[in-house]
Amino acid sequence: MAASKSFRSAAAPGLRASRRTLWTAVKLHKFYYLLILPGMLYFVVFDYIPMFGVMIAFKDISPFAGVDAIFREEWVGLKHFERFWNSYYFWNVMTNTLAISGYKLLFGFPASIVLALLINELRNLVFKRVVQTISYLPHFISNVVVAGLAMMVLSTDGGLINSLIVRFGGEPIHFLGSPEHFRSILVISHVWQTVGWGSILYLAAMSGIDPGLYEAAKIDGAGRFRQAWHITLPGISPVIAIMLVLSIGGLLNAGFEQVLLLYSPAVYEVADIIDTYVYREGLTSLNYSFATAVGLFKNVLAMLLILGANYAAKRMNQTGIW
Amino acid sequence: MSGLKPSAGERAFDALNIVVLTLLSLAFLIPFLSVLSTSLISAEEAMRRGAFILVPERIDFGAYDMLLNRGKIIYNAYKVTLFRVVVGTLLNLLFTSMLAYGLARRTLPGRNALVLIIFLTMIFHGGLIPNYMLIDKLGLKDTLWVLILPGLISAWNLFIMRNFFLTLPEELEESAVIDGANPAVILWKIVMPLSMPAIATIGLFYAVHHWNDWFGASIYINSQNKLPIQVIMRNILLTGIVHDETQVQYIRDPPPASSLKSAIIIISTLPILFVYPFIQRYFVKGMLVGSIKG
Repeated sequence: MAASKSFRSAAAPGLRASRRTLWTAVKLHKFYYLLILPGMLYFVVFDYIPMFGVMIAFKDISPFAGVDAIFREEWVGLKHFERFWNSYYFWNVMTNTLAISGYKLLFGFPASIVLALLINELRNLVFKRVVQTISYLPHFISNVVVAGLAMMVLSTDGGLINSLIVRFGGEPIHFLGSPEHFRSILVISHVWQTVGWGSILYLAAMSGIDPGLYEAAKIDGAGRFRQAWHITLPGISPVIAIMLVLSIGGLLNAGFEQVLLLYSPAVYEVADIIDTYVYREGLTSLNYSFATAVGLFKNVLAMLLILGANYAAKRMNQTGIW
Repeated sequence: MSGLKPSAGERAFDALNIVVLTLLSLAFLIPFLSVLSTSLISAEEAMRRGAFILVPERIDFGAYDMLLNRGKIIYNAYKVTLFRVVVGTLLNLLFTSMLAYGLARRTLPGRNALVLIIFLTMIFHGGLIPNYMLIDKLGLKDTLWVLILPGLISAWNLFIMRNFFLTLPEELEESAVIDGANPAVILWKIVMPLSMPAIATIGLFYAVHHWNDWFGASIYINSQNKLPIQVIMRNILLTGIVHDETQVQYIRDPPPASSLKSAIIIISTLPILFVYPFIQRYFVKGMLVGSIKG
C-alpha cells in the first residue's frame, strides 16, 4: 500500500521526480514485474501487433510485399470498405450471419433453459447424473468431429437419416448441398453441441433457490408445473437475462469453424457468413487489404455490440460482466 | 418432497420427464453409434446390400486396418497432438500463472493499466489476416511452435486464475515475510501448493483446447508430418482418401470411403471419450467459477 501511495503522490511534481519514483517502484517490486514481463510481451506481440496491423485495411498491400511495404504504401482511405459495402456480398454475408446466429439464439437459448428445468425435476439422482454427463459430452468433442458426425449421419452414402428415408420409401436427400436444409442443419448441430453445457449455469442457479418457497407453494396446493412456472423460472430470471444479453453481444459470431467445415459453393447463398467470406477473400484469393477491411468492419461492430450488451447488463443488475 | 404423497398427475409427469430425457440422451449417443456401425462395414457388404445399412451383418475392421496398419500417418498425427497437449499445456500454465500471480498483487504500481491492456484484447481483435501476416513474418509458419505460441495465454483463463490468487488471504504472505521468506520462496512453497486445484482446472481447459483445435494448424502448416490428428481427420472427411506416401501399396479390397471416414472419427474421438467422465466435473466447477464476477 505504502509503495503505491508514494508512487502516485510523487507522480505529479515533475518528470524527473516521477521517473525516480517509478524506478524505485520497479526495484521494490522487481520480482513481480519479472513474472509479468513474459506474459505482457505475449499480449503485445500476438494481440497488439495485429491490432495495429489493421491499418493495411486502409492501404493496398500485396501478400508478397515485405514488412516495410506496410509503412511505405500510400493510404487509400475507405476504398476497400466502400467496395465491400457496395458489393453483392455485403448484403449476402450480413443477412446470412444475422439469420444463422439469430436462429441459433432463437432455438438454442430456450433449449438450455427447458433442459435445465426438466433435469431439475428429476428425483432419481443416478438418472439425473447420467443425463447430465451424456448431455455435456458434445461440449468436449472437437468441431471437426461434430461436423464429421453431421456429414456421416446426413450422408447419401449410408448415412442414418437417408437410410431411414429410403426404408420408408422416400428419395435420399443431399442435405449438406441443399440451400433449403443447410441453415437448419447448422442450427440443429449447434443446439446438439451446446444445449447440455448451456444448462449448467441455470441448474446452478436453480440449486440456489430457497427450498422453503417450494414447501410453501406445495402447501398452497401448487403442482409441479406451477412450482416451476412461479418459483423456479422467476428464481433464475436474473441469470436468464444476463445470458440473453451476453448472447446478443456475440450475435455477429455465427459459428465460423462449423460453417467452414460444412459448407460448399452450392450453399454459399445461404451459408456464407462474414468470417468465411474474410477467410476466402484473404487466404484463398489473397486480397489481404480487402479481407482485413471486411474483418475490421465486423470487429468494430462486434465490439460495439459487446459494450452495449455489458451496459445493458449493468443497467439491469447493477453488475456487468466486468 | 416431504410428507405429501405425489398425486397421479405428478407421477405421470415424472414418467413423461424420464421418457423425454431418455430420448434426448439417445439423441446425443445415436450419431456416435451410427458412425461406429458404418466404420465396421466391409466393401463387399456395401456393394452387395447397397449404400444403406444400419447394422452390419459381419464386423469388418478393414477401415481401421488401412488407417492404422498401412502407414504411419495416424501415429504421426497423434504424436503431434500429444506434443501440443503436453508441452503446450505446460507452457500455457507456466505463463498464465506467472502473469496472473503478478497481476493479483494488490500493491503493484500500474496493475490496473496492465489489466486494462489485457482486457482490451478480449473485446477487439486484429482479425484473421493481420494475425496470419504476423505469424508469417515471425517465421512460425510450418513449425510445431505455431500450435503453441499464438495461444500461449488465454485472457479468459488468466482472469479466472487471477481471481483465484486474489482469494488467497494476504496474512499468509505477511507471516512468511516475517519468517524471512523472499517472494520466490513464497510463490513456490506456499502459493503454488495451495493453488493446485485451480491450476489443474485451468490445465484441463487448455489441454482439451489443444486436443480439439484444428483451424490454426490447417492454415499455418503445410508439411503433412506436422499436422495434428484433427486436421488429418478433416482432410480424410473431405476427400475420403488417406494421403500418405507409405500407403501406395496395393490393397485388393479397399474399405468404402464412408467406412474410412467413420473409422477416423472413432479413432480420434475414443481417447477423449475415455478421459471425459473423469475430467467432466472439474470442467463444470471451473465453468461456474469463471462465470462469477471476480
